[in-house]
Amino acid sequence: MAGLTLASPSAERRAYSPWRETWRRYSRHRLAVISAFLLLILVLAVVMGPFIWRIKINEIDIVAGMQGPSLAHPFGTDDLGQDILARMIYGGRISLAVGLAAMLVSVFIGTLIGALAGMSRGALGHGLMWLTDLFLSLPQLPLLLLLIYLFRDGLKQVFGPEGGIFILIVLVIGGLRWMPVARLVRAQFLSIREKEFVEAARALGASPVRQVVRHILPNAVGPVIIAGTIDVAAAIIAESTLSFLGLGFPPDTPTWGRLLYDAKDFLDIGPHWALFPGGAIFIAVVAINFIGDGLRDALDARRVI
Amino acid sequence: MSQYVLRRLLIAIPSLLGISVVLFVVLALAPGDPFSELATNPNVPPEVQAALRAKFGLDDPIHLRYLHWLNAMLHGDWGFSFVSRMNVDALILQRLPATLYVIGSAQILALLIAIPVGVYAATKPYSLFDQIANTLAFVGFSLPTFFTGILFILIFSVTLDWLPFVYTTDIKATGIHWVLEMIRQAIMPVAVLGLFQAASMTRFVRSAMLDVIRLDYVTTARAKGLGQATVIVKHVMRNAMIPVVTLIALQMPAVFGGAIVTEQIFRIPGIGSLLISSILSNDTPVVMAVTFVFACLVVLFNLIADVLYGWLDPRISLR
Repeated sequence: MAGLTLASPSAERRAYSPWRETWRRYSRHRLAVISAFLLLILVLAVVMGPFIWRIKINEIDIVAGMQGPSLAHPFGTDDLGQDILARMIYGGRISLAVGLAAMLVSVFIGTLIGALAGMSRGALGHGLMWLTDLFLSLPQLPLLLLLIYLFRDGLKQVFGPEGGIFILIVLVIGGLRWMPVARLVRAQFLSIREKEFVEAARALGASPVRQVVRHILPNAVGPVIIAGTIDVAAAIIAESTLSFLGLGFPPDTPTWGRLLYDAKDFLDIGPHWALFPGGAIFIAVVAINFIGDGLRDALDARRVI
Repeated sequence: MSQYVLRRLLIAIPSLLGISVVLFVVLALAPGDPFSELATNPNVPPEVQAALRAKFGLDDPIHLRYLHWLNAMLHGDWGFSFVSRMNVDALILQRLPATLYVIGSAQILALLIAIPVGVYAATKPYSLFDQIANTLAFVGFSLPTFFTGILFILIFSVTLDWLPFVYTTDIKATGIHWVLEMIRQAIMPVAVLGLFQAASMTRFVRSAMLDVIRLDYVTTARAKGLGQATVIVKHVMRNAMIPVVTLIALQMPAVFGGAIVTEQIFRIPGIGSLLISSILSNDTPVVMAVTFVFACLVVLFNLIADVLYGWLDPRISLR
């Protein structure tokens, strides 16, 4: 595009730095900008919330149970009179932390396997791709439930109830979602490793590790960032699903999914109890997905806007 | 074509074996031992324990145990459910129809929404309709099924009181009323699952259509004087559906995940809710078998997708 427009005198704009160019493309996606803003508010709310909203998450007040939103309890109370806003702030920290950590796990495994498969020309690459396809056809949620069922008690003893489940959920969600990243990285590697600049590096005597780390990986990072962003949303959904099925964090840890699980039997008398945490999950997920969409516009060099 | 189907069938076997290895290794690595209760029971002497362990082959090397387990699975010996007091295979067969009924109807609903919407959006890209459809699709697949399920119950059962929110298998009605009741109670679960599916499918259909619609042969078809409908349906859609079939097959694991959640919300007695209840009651044989059945279903749907693929694109089956 730029090469074409330079000919016209009015379009003589100065060259932007890559980051500025990325931002310029990103900011054209209006919903993505709004989403980034929303997500920022959500993150600030769960991080700063406990310092401002000082009601304890387990403060029981049966008399004030099942109340709708009011000034004292902006999001209402549950059947035991616990403040839903305070519980959501606490749960939001866990849900968002699980999403981020699981994404890091899946991006790490995916990049490693994709890079190995992309660089090797022999049986290793084929084997790794077969493994990736095998993992893609595993039924994720049943397997997730099975793993948590089998390993829950063992990890609980080692890391304590909350820490053990956190590690387990992060590893299992991350360990079952690396396949798209691996395929993307492999596809990128297969094309980039044949480019002239990599050949030049090879001719200068760069070791395979240096070729990968300094030359290939930085050029393959765009799609990985996009996939990683979407992975955060998927991990948040996965964690909430587990909690919603009663198999996630321990019952006294109010993650957003757990709040919904507790609320689902009181829909007729306390709909607010389900609507606020459900809405929070939805806003987080939709915002992250839109950010991913905006990043696709911004980072995917093949796409001409 | 038949040779192609046969080849696909033969490729499905190693992946099923791979999945069974993964499942077995997971089970074998898990802490906890079926005989742990015996070990802590002071009334059972150690010799008896050792004899029992040897009898059931618990101390065999892992590959022998795997072969033993695989052999039993192949011979239809899936174990015994201690909670339901019946054989696991009978229990699963009893629960499977409800799951297949809901998943199948949801899939049909999703196709009925996604294909027309996606095709129409692609014929008028960036129009108002396209933008609305795109945004709705985004919202649709960002809404987790458990939340849509709760919203539906809140709106249609609690507020409007139109639909029942608990699914029953023993409807007290006969003939046409029974059929109507069956449809009525399935509306909400099918809609929850189907709309979720339709959201991502619409995006697949739209982008696949857009890839094809600009190709030269489509212009040629138009230049021959064919009508818009003929060009779109006969020339564009058939080619655009090829990648869509693969993408739908790749979505199947997510569909089964959604089905588990939906069954749990609406208390549908399918294998998904069976999985959850067996996990909560520590019924290991059932948990293993249901997970394996889900894996088999995923492989089966991948196989169906491959066969469809060969039918849509004859070049593939010739390769």
